[in-house]
Amino acid sequence: MRHPKKVIQSRLAFFIYSVIAFSRAFSQPSSELPETNFIFRYEMLAPPPGPPATVSAMDLPNDPGKGIIVSWQKAPGDNDVFHTVVGYAIYRSQFADSGFTLISRIPGGSSSYSDSDTSLVNGRKYYFKVAALYKNDTLYSSPAGPAVPEPQLFHKQRIVVLALMLLFSGSALFLISRARRGKNVYVRPIAGIDAVDEAIGRATEMGRPILFVPGLGEASRVATIAAFTVLARVARKVAEYQTRIIVPNYDPVVMTICQEVVKEAYAAAGRPEGFNERDVYFVTQDQFPYTASVNGTMLRERPATNFYMGKFYAESLILSETGFVAGSIQIAGTDELVQIPFFVAACDYTLMGEELYAASAYLSQEPQQLGTIKAQDWGKVVAILLMIVGAVVYFFSTPAGDSFSAFVQGG
Amino acid sequence: MKREVPLVIVFVSGAFMAFQYFVPHYISAAVYQYALNWTIIVGIFTLVVGIGSLVGLHYDRISRRKEQWRYSIVTLVALTFVTVIGLYSPDAIQNPRGLFMHVYFYVLAPVTATMFALLAFFIASAAYRAFRARTVLASLLLLSAVIVMLGRVPIGEYLTGWLPEGLRFSDIAKFILDYPNTAAKRAIYIGVGLGVAATSLKIILGVERTWLGGGQ
Amino acid sequence: MAQASFWQKLMDIDRRWIYLVIGIVTFVPMLHYVGMPVQVTSEVKAVYDRVESLPPGSIVMVPMEFDPATAAELEPMAKAVVRHCFSRGLKVMTTAFMIDGVVLVERDLREVAAEYGKEYGKDYIYLGYKPYMEIVLLNMGENFRKPFPRDYYGNRLDDLPMMQGVNNYSNISCIVGINATSGADYWINYANGRYGAPLALGVTAVMATDYYAFLQSGQIFGLIGGLKGAAEYEKLIGRPKDVANRSMDAVSVAHVFIILFIVIGNIAFFAGGRGKRR
Repeated sequence: MRHPKKVIQSRLAFFIYSVIAFSRAFSQPSSELPETNFIFRYEMLAPPPGPPATVSAMDLPNDPGKGIIVSWQKAPGDNDVFHTVVGYAIYRSQFADSGFTLISRIPGGSSSYSDSDTSLVNGRKYYFKVAALYKNDTLYSSPAGPAVPEPQLFHKQRIVVLALMLLFSGSALFLISRARRGKNVYVRPIAGIDAVDEAIGRATEMGRPILFVPGLGEASRVATIAAFTVLARVARKVAEYQTRIIVPNYDPVVMTICQEVVKEAYAAAGRPEGFNERDVYFVTQDQFPYTASVNGTMLRERPATNFYMGKFYAESLILSETGFVAGSIQIAGTDELVQIPFFVAACDYTLMGEELYAASAYLSQEPQQLGTIKAQDWGKVVAILLMIVGAVVYFFSTPAGDSFSAFVQGG
Repeated sequence: MKREVPLVIVFVSGAFMAFQYFVPHYISAAVYQYALNWTIIVGIFTLVVGIGSLVGLHYDRISRRKEQWRYSIVTLVALTFVTVIGLYSPDAIQNPRGLFMHVYFYVLAPVTATMFALLAFFIASAAYRAFRARTVLASLLLLSAVIVMLGRVPIGEYLTGWLPEGLRFSDIAKFILDYPNTAAKRAIYIGVGLGVAATSLKIILGVERTWLGGGQ
Repeated sequence: MAQASFWQKLMDIDRRWIYLVIGIVTFVPMLHYVGMPVQVTSEVKAVYDRVESLPPGSIVMVPMEFDPATAAELEPMAKAVVRHCFSRGLKVMTTAFMIDGVVLVERDLREVAAEYGKEYGKDYIYLGYKPYMEIVLLNMGENFRKPFPRDYYGNRLDDLPMMQGVNNYSNISCIVGINATSGADYWINYANGRYGAPLALGVTAVMATDYYAFLQSGQIFGLIGGLKGAAEYEKLIGRPKDVANRSMDAVSVAHVFIILFIVIGNIAFFAGGRGKRR
């Protein structure tokens, strides 16, 4: 809340300036205005310089330690009207009245500074001073402190996230155990996954290989892990039908996992000798060179079926259009929202977002897998309820609502 | 044991990383940083495996004279050449007149930019082939697409600049981007976020095991 | 029937004709510049106004994450923002988190700095590249020296005049991140979300649709989207003949022709009896 005196000052300054401006504008055409040595400067109406007030220093909350937050009330003239404060200088000392050294300079308009210097020692007392830097003056506050940096064991602002995480995990475990006890879990049909077997059959009939592109993500990405699930299913069928599968990889870790998945699939189908390590290979970790290589493979090998599963970026349309030119049936799945329209335009089937994650549950039909899909549905219900509550709170804009909103956001 | 040990490692490390997010203490942060440093180190060594795979693949093609084997020679020569000049020059990256930078600016950069430029042609052919107003909703989608496309380029302002504010293509495009587009994206993000949480939970609990290789 | 055959032929046209038309309509306007007016949008103006309001000597962070592929869209906006900063007497701090773009960014920065007679170390610095952007952004919130003890050229940060007393995001007036990757999310989550640094983004046109939500929520104060956004910024800084503006004619005409193709395709589809699938 601005000090009433400052509000009056700024409004008075604005009024005076407006009167002068209007009177000059309407008294004479600007070209006929006489030369004058008086140049009106807005800063003339600014309040006199002064140091920052009410400086405080305390342990930085929710940090690993060695952090102190220094806050202050902005110095006179540091507001949206005048901008007379160029910046602030922060000083620190281990003593209340001497030994202050400059630790940082920050721009004007700031009212706090987080000191996370690694030289700070947890448990030790520190004192701070803040200086307001004007064009021709530097004014120091009185020392603030002591502040003692300490590490925290729990991040209080994330308590809502923890609660939601436990709620979600708990409901997932509950639904998994319910599914294991024989409770039927309905999952709607997903056309792209239903088409997998048909697409593999097509390739076998035509005597052409299958191309599986596991995307440009690392092995730690959920979309890539979902791609492994689909690859396992495809590789198993491919091994049974004795069709060739080609898997070009962007990431070496993904390549090693894909090699294991395909190899195990051939072994499980009783045809370990059918696995060709050279068909599951690393290309490059560069986006467009990888795309060029895969395009070349498509145009040379003319696969009957292309699978694009995982993380894709700008190359999605280049890959899928080239696959169309090569005459392949194409099934894509990605959680990159921006690329989904390109796949929808160029591919026969597209798994969008969480449909890709659901692929493993859908293909295996295992109770524990289906239980987590149900948990996602419940999670969405909770999200919708929170949105309705949030919208109502925002609409009515009460102080209690603002506090609730800040609590949920962790602020 | 072959499958149980990785599952235990995944459970312990996954659960730790999940709860580490809520514990800002410096010991927790140090363990997190340590784990991430190991991720970087392991990632670098897997690159060696990847390059081995690439070299083996192309060597195989050359030795067996497979289809278009000569391109494999180009690949291996290029790989070797750029590696050698990069390692040989101590200031390879910082010397703009060096051979390494010439290869970057006059080979890699134009080729990469060309591949990206293909998108313009492919979107035209994909649009011509696939953007059909088969249903009412598809027609609505096409109309929105046309408005946003024209609203985001100067010609839209040129064509509709005479209309009152709020009815010009640029204003309608902004409305579409600010409201329906944002609302739909937020909804999908929530779904994707829950999907990521569910899949991560399945991996930590060992329900999802395809990453081990060979399905179940 | 001859007419049905015509529509069928139109639907099955060799796609190389489409490529040829797109090639011509993109190339010809580049030769003859008409200069259709570019309307400035509020999200781009917000970035301009923020930079314009900063007092001389303030530090603006302009991380540039693009590679040769996305340089066509992002390089013009990056240069426009840096030019604006230099013309206002602001200092610029840059990083590059895309490994393929490290030297591109360095070249651009050097060229623009030379235009304004700016001195390295005093008016601008280039921190260079570090992997694992997420960790780097988190560490920069504590101290820039933690992930970057030295700059791109090997100078210690403490030896650079511009970095005296500059430790973390608190010392930066604002961040205008030029980004071609999903790394933009890390800037939102960490630089703004965790450390409260004022953040604007410059992204490709395709990515821009994703970030309107963050603009609405106030997590970013401005958004420059694609080549049009770059053209708007160039117009605002008084350089309406720079590369983005000159390219807008080609972009406009290409958009019109793509819409034309969609219309023709639909006419052929419906007139030809809904055609046959591939």
